[in-house]
Amino acid sequence: MTDIVTPAAPAKLTRKDFVAEQEVRWCPGCGDYSILAQTQKVMPDFGVPKENIVFISGIGCSGRLPYYMNTYGFHSIHGRAPTLATGLKLARPELMVWVITGDGDALSIGGNHFLHSMRRNVDFTMVMHNNRIYGLTKGQTSPTSEFGKRTKSTPMGSVDRPVMPLTLALAAEATFVARTVDTHTEHMQHTLEAAGRHRGASYIEVLQNCNIFNDGAWREFTERDVRDDRMLVLEHGKPLIFGKDRDKGIRLNGLHPEVVTIGEDGVTEADLMVHDQHAEDPYLALMLSRMFWPEYPVPVGVLREVERPTHSDLVDEQIEQAIAKSGPGDLAKALLAGETWTVE
Amino acid sequence: MTTTAQGPERESLELDRVTIRFAGDSGDGMQLTGTQFTRTAAVFGNDISTFPDYPAEIRAPAGSLPGVSGFQISFSASDIHTPGDAPDVLVAMNPAALKTNVVDLPPGGALIVNSDAFTPSNLSKAAYTANPLTDGTLKQYKLFQVPISTLNARALEGLEMTSKQVDLTKNFFALGLMFWLYERSMEPTLKWIDQKFGSRPVIAEANRRALQAGYSYGDTTEMFHETYRVPKARLAPGTYRNITGNEATALGFLAAAHAAQRPLFYGSYPITPASDILHQLSAYKTFGVKTFQAEDEIAAIGATIGAAYGGSLALTGTSGPGVALKTEAMGLAVMTELPIVIVNVQRAGPSTGLPTKVEQADLFQAIFGRNGEAPMPVVAPATPAECFTFAVEASRLALKYMTPVMYLSDAFVGNGAEPWRVPAVGELPDISVPNAVKGEGTFLPYGRDPETLSRPWAVPGTPGLEHRIGGLEKLHGLGTVSYDADNHHRMTVLRRDKVAGIARDIPDLEVFGPGQGELLILGWGSTYGAIRSAVERLQAEGKSVAQAHLRYLFPFPENTGDVLRRYRTVLVPELNLGQLWFVIRGTYLVDAVSYGKVRGKPFRISEIVDEANRLLAERS
Repeated sequence: MTDIVTPAAPAKLTRKDFVAEQEVRWCPGCGDYSILAQTQKVMPDFGVPKENIVFISGIGCSGRLPYYMNTYGFHSIHGRAPTLATGLKLARPELMVWVITGDGDALSIGGNHFLHSMRRNVDFTMVMHNNRIYGLTKGQTSPTSEFGKRTKSTPMGSVDRPVMPLTLALAAEATFVARTVDTHTEHMQHTLEAAGRHRGASYIEVLQNCNIFNDGAWREFTERDVRDDRMLVLEHGKPLIFGKDRDKGIRLNGLHPEVVTIGEDGVTEADLMVHDQHAEDPYLALMLSRMFWPEYPVPVGVLREVERPTHSDLVDEQIEQAIAKSGPGDLAKALLAGETWTVE
Repeated sequence: MTTTAQGPERESLELDRVTIRFAGDSGDGMQLTGTQFTRTAAVFGNDISTFPDYPAEIRAPAGSLPGVSGFQISFSASDIHTPGDAPDVLVAMNPAALKTNVVDLPPGGALIVNSDAFTPSNLSKAAYTANPLTDGTLKQYKLFQVPISTLNARALEGLEMTSKQVDLTKNFFALGLMFWLYERSMEPTLKWIDQKFGSRPVIAEANRRALQAGYSYGDTTEMFHETYRVPKARLAPGTYRNITGNEATALGFLAAAHAAQRPLFYGSYPITPASDILHQLSAYKTFGVKTFQAEDEIAAIGATIGAAYGGSLALTGTSGPGVALKTEAMGLAVMTELPIVIVNVQRAGPSTGLPTKVEQADLFQAIFGRNGEAPMPVVAPATPAECFTFAVEASRLALKYMTPVMYLSDAFVGNGAEPWRVPAVGELPDISVPNAVKGEGTFLPYGRDPETLSRPWAVPGTPGLEHRIGGLEKLHGLGTVSYDADNHHRMTVLRRDKVAGIARDIPDLEVFGPGQGELLILGWGSTYGAIRSAVERLQAEGKSVAQAHLRYLFPFPENTGDVLRRYRTVLVPELNLGQLWFVIRGTYLVDAVSYGKVRGKPFRISEIVDEANRLLAERS
């Protein structure tokens, strides 16, 4: 019943094909508008018929995004979007599934599902809008809020230490881990494209601004005039260089990364670490995931991308193996399994 | 009179029904012993009913009172409905097993004990100050002291095994002895040993020898003066197998997927006493069944909703505490009107409660346990074999009405076993429903079938039906988000009416006994057997007593109110403190009488008979 006939040569879709009729209702100036726009923009590039694309979200401002995508969409309950996506991908591995979430949804109430969907390598792309605040409930501290953050629920400052989402994703064995910024539209498009093409659990942290409850959370290093000096754009195979004048870099000093200036103290480009997003071991990615302003420039781009069989690949493989060994299941035989006797 | 080759002359008596309880340490293999006896009796053609009763601890300290595990089997030449109120024979493998079980043995009952286990240390662990085998306290029973450990060890001499390994086979000595006493063939168990231990020849040989040694001991000793025959039962013609409720549940859903022509998905988190369903469905890979052991109960139902959204027949299974965790997601399934089945193998609560013991106290939770107006059909199988039928029925209702359905089993019906007439695949009802496809005009994800009020199942991948669903209230028809007050009222009423309408699509409540009269005993779920037996007994005494047993708890069958009003008194026995009773009174304004019990054990027939007689006397 679930065989779906897809047109052999789907007509080339455009951004407009992915815009749903529902009126968008985020606060004016919210970073979510940009995330929606870039998502709609890259969607045609995958060449996937829109009926085969599903957006699943949890609760929070980010949770509304599926309503605005003219694809299949499911606005679920708080923190549980990865669980629906896991079941859907098991049932229908051929679908392209996106999970839209936020810092509270993914890391607080949904923390367990975040961990387990990543370790299972469920083939979906999770886009986490990180604004370091609870927006839809009007401004309480979130798992990524700074220590000491004063909010309505923490008038004397938060006593909880924040988590580093990228470190968590790596520890949870995600096979694609990246970061981008709501206002860096081109970078976000590239990142979404790369994540969408990756087979397996992809995680993108989008540094997103909530201009109502936490305005300027990332401004210190994302603003146009400072971002080149305060952010590190990762490119596979390239040395870790940043700065307006491309004269700063990251060198490994013992077990620690350090910021150095090329040309000073005899430092050359050859001394810098070279990014390898396909490294099987996670050490470089883990190190990058810990680097943050003001001690370090904030890395953006793909920290890690490795190939592993997906969750549904493995499940389907076992089914194929079982059938290859014993033939397809016979219900009549299953009903009569074990010892039987006949009453005349 | 029969004579055997080696043994002394003794009599073979014919009995209609025998109830045996095997009791020992939880490491003594009592569940296995009971299961083997059950299979043998079932294959022979007796009607059977079993009650495994095991502790929550996997291995409580050996010899201790909390570590006692029991298995009761009743086998009979006639139709039986319960594993028996009291055992005729108690096999006690140690003092703790004796102490916790002998209270249930009626005077004159046979008591077979492993006398080797009555050491000072074991006696002290069981809090015996004197040895009950010698102090005369057991004189009201027919006591048979058998040095099982010693005899068994002697039979296994020469095998390369540790003394601990040897000791682990003594349950088969006891089993062999019982096979001899009840004139049973050892063949099914010998065959089982070959299959189970084929790759471990020494263990296989040890179990064979233990079994045979027990059998031969019975034959040669002069301790027993009689053996017993329980002839075949007169069951309806057909092919039978022995089945537990949990096995029948798993098999029923496998069959339901076939009947629905959809792939089967089962999302679950391990929990007693429901885990066996996960184990069994996980073994059905050749059927394409996809099982998912989730990180928690919530993920299990979340994935189930996801799979249902994708077009599978999707279920999640758990016990009461797990249902508590799934509550919010059940509401989501109600709101998004997706077909899933939630299996609750109930156990004694609240909270962790008595995890391995039976209770029926999740009825309120099933009917009411969600925020908002969130109606959900509830069905409950009454016997292990009925678990199969109701797995198919729960699936039918879910698919036809696009709704989550609660399937309430319990530890007694789930773990208990009985003979099951195996249906032919062709007997299964067609429960298939089509996926929505693109038609003329605007697609209405919340448009409704005029008869069932169910909405279309538009699965992702269907061109032209792209739409959004979710937990927010939806606009009637179009399904877009709507905060409109009148629309919310309309949608709430529609969801209510959809589920209420199921009453027209289910069988009437049947009555066993007089169509009107003094007393109706109304039950639901696993109390069926005890109530049926009690009603049969009361009717045989000439009392005006009838039984009605609800399999549909929400909505109730359409004639339920009419049935209740035809009796002067309605008695509602339940393994809770009056949940069905409360709902019945609230729904029908019938002044029913509650009879609740929450002792982690099923009703005895006699308890219901006594309560019925008390009521009949009081109200006459």
